[in-house]
This record gives sequence, C-alpha cells and structure tokens, in this order.
Amino acid sequence: MTGTHEQNEPIYVCRCEEITLDEIREWIDRGYDTLDELKRVLRVGMGPCQGRGCQDILLREISKRTGKPIVNVPQSTVRPPVKPVKIGLLAKGGEE
Amino acid sequence: MEWKNTADVVVIGGGILGVSTAYYLAKNGMKNVTLIEKGTICGGSTGRCGAGIRAQWGTEMNCRLGVAALDTFEQLSDELGMDVGLNQGGYLLVAYSDKEMETLGAGMKLQNSLGIQSRNISLAEARQICPGLAADDAVGFFFHARDGHADPFLTTFAYLEKAKTLGVTPYRFTECTGISVKDGTVTGVETNRGHIDAPIVINCAGAYAQDIAKMVGVNIHTWGERHEIMITEPVAPGVCPCMLMSFSGNYYIQQRPHGSIICGMSPEGHPADYQLKDTWQFVEAMSKILVHLLPRTKGIRVVRQWSGLYDMTPDAQPIIGETDIKNFYHSTGYSGHGFMLAPVAGKILAQHIMGKKPDIDFSMLDYRRFDRGEHIRESNVV
Repeated sequence: MTGTHEQNEPIYVCRCEEITLDEIREWIDRGYDTLDELKRVLRVGMGPCQGRGCQDILLREISKRTGKPIVNVPQSTVRPPVKPVKIGLLAKGGEE
Repeated sequence: MEWKNTADVVVIGGGILGVSTAYYLAKNGMKNVTLIEKGTICGGSTGRCGAGIRAQWGTEMNCRLGVAALDTFEQLSDELGMDVGLNQGGYLLVAYSDKEMETLGAGMKLQNSLGIQSRNISLAEARQICPGLAADDAVGFFFHARDGHADPFLTTFAYLEKAKTLGVTPYRFTECTGISVKDGTVTGVETNRGHIDAPIVINCAGAYAQDIAKMVGVNIHTWGERHEIMITEPVAPGVCPCMLMSFSGNYYIQQRPHGSIICGMSPEGHPADYQLKDTWQFVEAMSKILVHLLPRTKGIRVVRQWSGLYDMTPDAQPIIGETDIKNFYHSTGYSGHGFMLAPVAGKILAQHIMGKKPDIDFSMLDYRRFDRGEHIRESNVV
C-alpha cells in the first residue's frame, strides 16, 4: 500500500452515492463490465456530480479488470442539465 | 460467454419483460433458455421508466394484472434473494374535473369489486398522506395504499441473477436480425453473432417488438412513443411520500427511498419518432407543475433528465400470446406499464408455455383483437 491509506479503510470512488472500490470491482467481476450497467446496479455517477468525480476511475477499473484498452470502454451518455438547477428557477423559464 | 447455437427457448429483449419471462420459464422447469439483448441489460424502456406499481386501473384486465403484480412484488426480494427496492407509499390520483371524478369513480368501483381497496378521499386526508400538497384546484382524490414503486434496475438484475442460477444464458450485444420459420412454425433466430436453433421464440422487444414481428410478416399494431422524465438531487424523505399522479393533469411524481424525486409527463403530440431526445420544454413544464402542486420543491435541484419509449397499443393494454406463426410468442405493448406488470406477465406466459394453467387467463390479450375491433381503451394512463 502507498500513501497514508489504511488497509481496511473503504475507498469511496463515487462520493455522491457512497460506493466503494471493492463494490465496483465485485460487480465488474460478476459481469457488470460496462459503465452503463455499473451505474444501473450501483448508481455510481448518478448523483449530483453526474459522474464528474468518478467516471474516469470507473472506466480505468473496467479496463484493468476486463483487459480492454480504455479507449474501447464506452463512456456514459451525458444528460442535461450541465449542472444541478433549482426547480423554482426552471419553473420561471430561467428568469429570476 | 461461450456461444451456444441451440436453445429450447430464445427470449428477445433484455428489459424487465424478457428477463422475468426467462426467469419464470426456468423456474417452471424449462431447460436451456437463452436471452438475447442488442445492447446491455435494462438499457431500454425499463431502465428509463417511472418505476410505479399500481392496481388502480380502468379496465378489468389491467386491474387483475396490477393486483397480481402487487402480490408478486410484495414477496419478490425474498424469492430472488436480492432487494428490489419496493416502496409502498400508495398512489394518490388527483382529479381536476367532475368528468374525471366520474371516470376515476367508475374505476374505483371496478377495483373494489376485484378486491382492490382503493378509496375516494378528501383534500384534508390527501394532505395527511402527502403533507405540503397544494392541489387547491383539484376536484377530488383517490388513494390505494398498496400501490407504490420499486427499483427497475435492481428488479431486472435480481431476476437476471436468479435466472442465471437456474441455467438461463443471457447474451448482451446480440441483436435479432431475423426469425427462422419452417412450415408455419418458428425454428430459431438469426443474430449479428450467428444463428440459434430454438423451437420456441418469445418477442419481448418492447418499443421495437413490431419490427421483430414484421420480419415474419406479423403485424402486432404496436408502436413506440417518447415520454420524458427527470430526477432531482436526493433530499430528506417525506417530500412526496406517495406516488402523485393525474391523468388530466398529465404528471406523476414519486420520491425514491434514497431521497431523489422522479417525475414525468407525456410530451405534447405523443411523438413516435423513436428519438430519445431531451427537451427544455419538458423541464420547464414539469417544474411549473411541481412548484404549483408541491411548492416546497422549488429549492430542490434537478440533476438529470432523459426520455424513454412507451410500447403502445391501440387500447393501452398489452399483447400476450402466440402469433399466426406457431411457437412464436409475444409479450409486449405494455403502453408504459411494462415494469409494473412484468412479474405477473412473465409468470403467466411461462405457465402457458409449460402447459400449465396460467394464474390469469390472458386469451383476451391476443393481438388480433385490434383486427376484430374488440378492444376497450384503458382510461387511467399518463
């Protein structure tokens, strides 16, 4: 182990949904080896940050565990809005 | 996964309908069930749906299927050994006119006659169930406490994982490109990865099922219709404890156990262009409904919007059964309610194929009803 990480301390990859590296590895090994399927089963990348924090780590883990070059691991669809927007603001058509 | 070019049954489609049908076939003793999916499991309408489960329907068949689905959902996590995220907060139906009260009231009478405990309730009681509900412009409310929602992803994967232990083989990235028929009987499927010989083929391709049927000249009268939906950041539970729904108001709103609020509506014109587009018009219209109906949602943030296809039929009731091609079955056309009906639909079709008496007689769901003009339109649909 490197750095200050304790061996038994969980490593949170998706902070929005609190999903750990161990959980991600377990589900990839069970055949959920696309980013879309990992999202569906664990909700990784579906929180407020929309995968900005975890997508690269997830793609790298899928690549490492399946042996596919990372360029061949498809990313997820990027969906609007670009950043979270309050319902009250949207209801006014975007005008404060 | 090693490619097998023979199967006893091929199921086309890796949504909830295909996966649950494959599971119930294996559970009822069918060996060698192969499921083919052109993309990934749960990547179509199931994974995009609003997740609701209800028995408050306007036709007898939909009521029977709906309450049987509730019975199944209530014990599904135990049966499959994985949590399906069931949350029974009830469905609160909101009526905005006397005419709608009449329609929903007739539905309630029908539901009550079938043992479904739906009730007409006051605004005061509606506010006890859903604190913060404005709805001053509503005329009346109907409530059924056993209704609710489950997690479509987890339900599909729970079925899939259990099905795998019973010998079901799922192939992802495997697209059906043809159906083989000999002397009027199905003999297998063609795929982008090769042929599979099979004496029984079941079409569970949802909004694309009519394209599969047309490969052998069968017209099942279904089509795909785009609907839009959005989800908020997770907030404390209790903002919307029940499923809030209105057919004339054109909305449904629910809060997942984990805190996010999911809500959707039918877009203007019911587009059938097969484009999975997201529009700002939807987000604006939906947000207006939310602020009006549940004012305290105004400070909650929308994090994502998407769209999905309803697999529509002319009467908004499904198609279940065999076609003019022997042993070529269909289970599709759920018209936006495939997720909630899948546990019972998969079960009854599997029972029929295995030569058992289905729990519910589904002969009236034959697709030829549209040619005969025998269909009765379901009224309770968003």
